[in-house]
Amino acid sequence: MPPHLQTISLVLLSKKKFTFIFLFFVTLLVSLFSSDFLKSNDLGWALKFPNSLIFPFKLYISWSIKWLIESATFGLFTFNDFTRSISWIIEQPYEIILSFFAEGFYKGQGSQAILILSPLSWIAMIGIMTIVAIKIKDLSLALLTFFAFLYLVIFDQWHSSMVTLASIFIAVPFGVSIGMFFGILSYKSLNTYRIVNPILNLMQTMPVFAYLVPVLVLFGFGPVSALIATIIYALPPMVHTTYLGLKGINPSIVEAGKMCGCNDHQLLWKVEIPSALSSIKLGINQVIMLSFNMVIIASMIGAGGLGYDVLTSLRKLDIGGGVEAGLAIVILAIVLDRMSFAFIGKHKKFKNENLNFYKKYFHLLIIIFLILITYIFGFFIDLFKSYPENITLSTSAFWEKSIKFINVNYYDQLEIFKFYILKYFMLPIKSFFLSIPWPWFIFILVLLGWYYGKSKLALLNLILLLFIVVNGLWLKAMVTIYLCGASVILACIIGVPLGIWGGLNDRANKILSSIMDTLQTLPSFVYLIPVVMLFRVGDFTAMLAVILYSLAPAVKYTIHGIRGINPEIIDAGVANGCNKKQLLFNIRLPLALPEILLGINQTIMLALSMLVITALVGTRELGQEVYIALTKADIGRGLVAGLCVAFIAIISDNLIKSASKTLKVKYGFL
Amino acid sequence: MFKFKALISVVTLSLFFSYSSKAVESQDPIKLTLHDWSGQLITTNIMAEVLKEAGYNIELVQADYIAQFAGLQTGDLHLAMEMWETTGRDAIDEYTPDGRVINVGSTGMDAIEEWWYPSYMKDECPGLPNWEALNECAEAFSTMETAPKGRYLGGPVTWGGFDDERVEALDLDWEVIHAGTDAALFAELESAYQRKAPIMLWIYAPHWAPSKFEGEFVEFPAYTSECYNDPSWGINPNSAYDCGKPRGPIWKVASSQLKDKWPGAYDAVEAFTISNDEMGQMVAAVDLDGNSVEAVVADWMNNNKSRWQSWIK
Repeated sequence: MPPHLQTISLVLLSKKKFTFIFLFFVTLLVSLFSSDFLKSNDLGWALKFPNSLIFPFKLYISWSIKWLIESATFGLFTFNDFTRSISWIIEQPYEIILSFFAEGFYKGQGSQAILILSPLSWIAMIGIMTIVAIKIKDLSLALLTFFAFLYLVIFDQWHSSMVTLASIFIAVPFGVSIGMFFGILSYKSLNTYRIVNPILNLMQTMPVFAYLVPVLVLFGFGPVSALIATIIYALPPMVHTTYLGLKGINPSIVEAGKMCGCNDHQLLWKVEIPSALSSIKLGINQVIMLSFNMVIIASMIGAGGLGYDVLTSLRKLDIGGGVEAGLAIVILAIVLDRMSFAFIGKHKKFKNENLNFYKKYFHLLIIIFLILITYIFGFFIDLFKSYPENITLSTSAFWEKSIKFINVNYYDQLEIFKFYILKYFMLPIKSFFLSIPWPWFIFILVLLGWYYGKSKLALLNLILLLFIVVNGLWLKAMVTIYLCGASVILACIIGVPLGIWGGLNDRANKILSSIMDTLQTLPSFVYLIPVVMLFRVGDFTAMLAVILYSLAPAVKYTIHGIRGINPEIIDAGVANGCNKKQLLFNIRLPLALPEILLGINQTIMLALSMLVITALVGTRELGQEVYIALTKADIGRGLVAGLCVAFIAIISDNLIKSASKTLKVKYGFL
Repeated sequence: MFKFKALISVVTLSLFFSYSSKAVESQDPIKLTLHDWSGQLITTNIMAEVLKEAGYNIELVQADYIAQFAGLQTGDLHLAMEMWETTGRDAIDEYTPDGRVINVGSTGMDAIEEWWYPSYMKDECPGLPNWEALNECAEAFSTMETAPKGRYLGGPVTWGGFDDERVEALDLDWEVIHAGTDAALFAELESAYQRKAPIMLWIYAPHWAPSKFEGEFVEFPAYTSECYNDPSWGINPNSAYDCGKPRGPIWKVASSQLKDKWPGAYDAVEAFTISNDEMGQMVAAVDLDGNSVEAVVADWMNNNKSRWQSWIK
């Protein structure tokens, strides 16, 4: 780091607030006035990186993947054989579960196959899930499960739901076990942690579209590739929670284990893992939820199921069909989420050894009985095999009419609203970011990195940003930052006050969390198309979709932050004569601020991941670059653009987390 | 369905199907790819039914439109029934030269892609469909963001189409806005049509939209390859793309394995043809009237027996 930077950062440390504001205004001035100056002085390269200097990373990546598939070999077997054998391992259990849940068992291949055993009857499936719900929690969860699955039947979503459920049942165990494996490995060896951690960060921030094509090419066509993409996407939190859980064990417990003479293996499985179980279970819950997030995208590469139904309905502009299939995903996700949470909360009871066989295995016996009975009746009565189509419901007409009503009657008002937001909010932000010369932008971020994380973070920011520059994606990256920034600002303006309301009021908390759960699991495609109908394609539509998707963490973390304040501090405030307003602004908000910042951080992460999807409504940013690469099956181009998105996410993640940490130190949390 | 079951049943298979009267080259399933638009599902299902009648074993697989080429190349997939000249040309050129992917010939359908407007806009702009009327009516087609220029909603950038170049070359007072997907494209059309609001957009056929909505394609100077390659050709002597979009066949592409392993099936695929009108009607029957793809295909099979029988004779 050159000496003048050091002095500047020293100044930063001493007069922090003033310097931040000063830097912002300088940047504003640079953005407003530098472009003419640069152009007239032949310095245009600072605004638009010259094409002739772009480094062809994408070609190298494409070539190396091609080499991997076509010529890489380990001597005895080729790389291609290796990846295909992984697919084969995943395919076997998947085929069995899929046959059992949805397709039935066949003898033979293709269209000449003969059905030898039909799939599990819907009656049996509903029964099993309800009994499991009773077993792990209580009647209310059982009722929720029962009605959720009944919805699937009545709204004619059964077959697709079972296909989706089968893929979840495979993706989750694989994700959990691979995740635990790497979590334990990272815990045991610091070097592994150092390698695994940055890879995980990349996996979490890299847009899925960017690695779909490589996965397809490496693992073959069909549902297995979709499963592998889902596992890659859902895996990282499992590693993190396992690692953190094991790290957080009270050292005296491990000592006690050692004193009892455990060997390494026993220590791990009998002492450490059970102690870390609650955070491991939290990881399982995360894997389930993330797998559901992938349902739509997985269906683009052959997973079928509910995701495919959503996509095809929307291509036909059958909004109702899309909503019903989308809600089926939400319902399945919520039921499995509640079940996995109930499972986390459940403590192992000591078994009463005196119970007789029937009492001990009562629930299991009912399940087996149900399966057998429905199979036997299925041979004679069709109702047991499949729910009759003529008594299914559809709400398609309702949705179509509602959208049409709004469209015909309120379009003009919406248009004016949109026009003002675009003109006075979005376009100024856009031109601000697009006219900052890249050397200045990098300089500012390196400075921030230096302030929060010394040379390490400063260097990281420099390298990551230069990568974007030399790949010629700077302007697209700036559009990404503008769209993401505008959406995040609005999401916070809406989300933080909602969160404060939920933090102070129990009933609001309940309502808000169920709305946020729905928003997070409802596939964005479902609302993307109606939004296009009301607001046409373009940045505004994209921004609305991003806000809807990324609102949840802003609300949830704020609620969490406000509720997590030590009540004694509030009491002290009351005792000192604070009124409600003072309590909120002088005590609650400052104390909840670190948590709120983390929520905003999550909002930014979600907004970035959603931007790739908004490319489908015509935004022109990195997401579009990834999407173009996907449709052209251009592996290198997709990965490079994906990496740029990931890098932006990593930079903002590092900065905000450090800021939150600084605040926590300031307020004495750490 | 699952593999080890299949392994066990190799022996039983031969017993099971020994009664099948038609001898075909191999009982391994031929994999046909399915995409996410109804027309393609119909074409593929018709081909699948015909091949089944000939005694072949068929498997239908979901695959992405362009990404499937990698699968066709390795032989993971065998046949893709719709590869549009207008959107698939680059991929065909990239993958066919080494012979592992084969262009089996036209499906008989011709893709049309062009600027399109609903009929009610003719009152505002009586000069249409002649393209020369576009400039007079630009304002009638404008929105708040584009005024006074007309707003033309182009296809996703991935479709190409050279609309930005066309607007420049023909000196049109129009702004090209790109939709991200065709779902977004038709969502806007539906919305505008409900309000009888102005709209000009990229429509392609065969598709359900031209049968659901009343409207016309704009008539640009007809496409020739010189128009795209030679600036001096056409109205604007200094610029290429001063004409309409090319129209071209929808191709069938196959893996070379199809030809090697199931030559009889390959011949049937080669013989397959169907017309734009037939397809337009079937697509409308599925997407607008809500019939299932299977029912529509079964109908076609019943009504066209002699035709498909000649493909597999």
